[in-house]
Amino acid sequence: MNWLKQTIWSSIGKKLMMAVTGLAFCGFLAGHLAGNLTIYGGKSMFNSYAAHLHSLGPLITVVEWGLVFFAVVHIGTGLILFYLNFRSRPGRYAVNKWAGGRTIGSATMPYTGILVLAFVVMHLINFHFVDKGQTTIYQIVLKTFGNPLYVAIYVVAMIVVAVHVSHGFWSAFQTIGANHPKYMPLIMVLSIAFSLAVGFGFGLLPIFLWTVG
Amino acid sequence: MTKTISLTLKIWRQNGPGEKGRLETYPADDISTDMSFLEMLDVINEKLTLSGQNPIAFDHDCREGICGMCGAVVNGRAHGPEKGTTLCQLHMRHFKDGDTIVIEPWRARTFPVIKDLVVDRGAFDTIIQAGGFISVNTGGTPDANAIPVAHQAAEKAMDAAACIGCGACVAACPNASAMLFLGAKISHLGLLPQGRPEAARRALNMLQAMDHLGFGNCTNERECEAECPKEISIVNIARLNREFFKAAFFSDQT
Repeated sequence: MNWLKQTIWSSIGKKLMMAVTGLAFCGFLAGHLAGNLTIYGGKSMFNSYAAHLHSLGPLITVVEWGLVFFAVVHIGTGLILFYLNFRSRPGRYAVNKWAGGRTIGSATMPYTGILVLAFVVMHLINFHFVDKGQTTIYQIVLKTFGNPLYVAIYVVAMIVVAVHVSHGFWSAFQTIGANHPKYMPLIMVLSIAFSLAVGFGFGLLPIFLWTVG
Repeated sequence: MTKTISLTLKIWRQNGPGEKGRLETYPADDISTDMSFLEMLDVINEKLTLSGQNPIAFDHDCREGICGMCGAVVNGRAHGPEKGTTLCQLHMRHFKDGDTIVIEPWRARTFPVIKDLVVDRGAFDTIIQAGGFISVNTGGTPDANAIPVAHQAAEKAMDAAACIGCGACVAACPNASAMLFLGAKISHLGLLPQGRPEAARRALNMLQAMDHLGFGNCTNERECEAECPKEISIVNIARLNREFFKAAFFSDQT
């Protein structure tokens, strides 16, 4: 199995790990967003969505641990790449200018990534590791977003996620080798569309709940 | 009547490999806008030599934009601000009177500075030696069209073969990665039937060589594509990725 280790630890192998786990997170974001949109349907709709989700039982646990594993791979590989890429240019340029290839998303990937990690930890403390015995998830969400500070943090965090995804989405396709003149323009458009959907889809929810609560 | 401009140059001076370098300021007065960037440096060097100072060392050869020898980062842009040109094909008419121009060498761990603006790009040779070739037994000359090549494939291979190995992709990459160079070589050889027999071994060995040399990792910033004097597309990097996956997961090569 030496070939597998060599493949995975090569530069393209590390990129592949980033791309595959990143695309999986894009899939997760899409599912998470679809579920969250039930909030617009009101209290009972959102609570019943949560109940349905939890009724899946062990399947949910498997998915959760899968996400944790993917996160470890994505973050670990990302940090290694960040260090290696920093090391590859010991002498910095006196003048730095973008030639037109870089975007805000691509230039900030490691930083937005770390911010997203910090957000995810906070998010899990807010809504996952809470006592749900005496209350419903809708009430917890409503109470959290009664605090304008949380509304602001969540909105900013969603902008950060959108920026991260705007580069990550198309970049993952390029890495797995899916760059073709026939469908690359579509992937680029989808990348922007998906990051906007994530930004607005998730970002408007805290504002909506704040106005409701 | 030739137009002339006066400039302030800030040029990286470094006496030798591993030594500490610094930016030094030189006035460049009465520079003809018809000059190329390297001719402008020639004029400065002549003045430096006559006044007993060390001339600025820089690489160059054909001065026609086809050899890949020249190159420097001009105001933060590899080969200067013009698209699809090498430094020797950049002309002074693109600068304004009174401009300050900062000239630095390619900067990457794998491209150590030899002197001033001259860097050692031997790392590219090491990558080529690892697999950037086809093996052909010597013998009689084969018929010209004995092996059919689709026109499209020939065109794509030719686009990739336009790579002159100047190193601008590495210089421009925020991660100092050589993936565009490698992608161009893999595509140039792999798209043609003559290159297929060794395609798997080539992809694995060339990538391994690149990784061992200490180039950075591609993060799809696309700066290489924007700065490449031959405008080689990152489509070639995607092809390199595919060739690597094919070789790693599906070929007999280890």
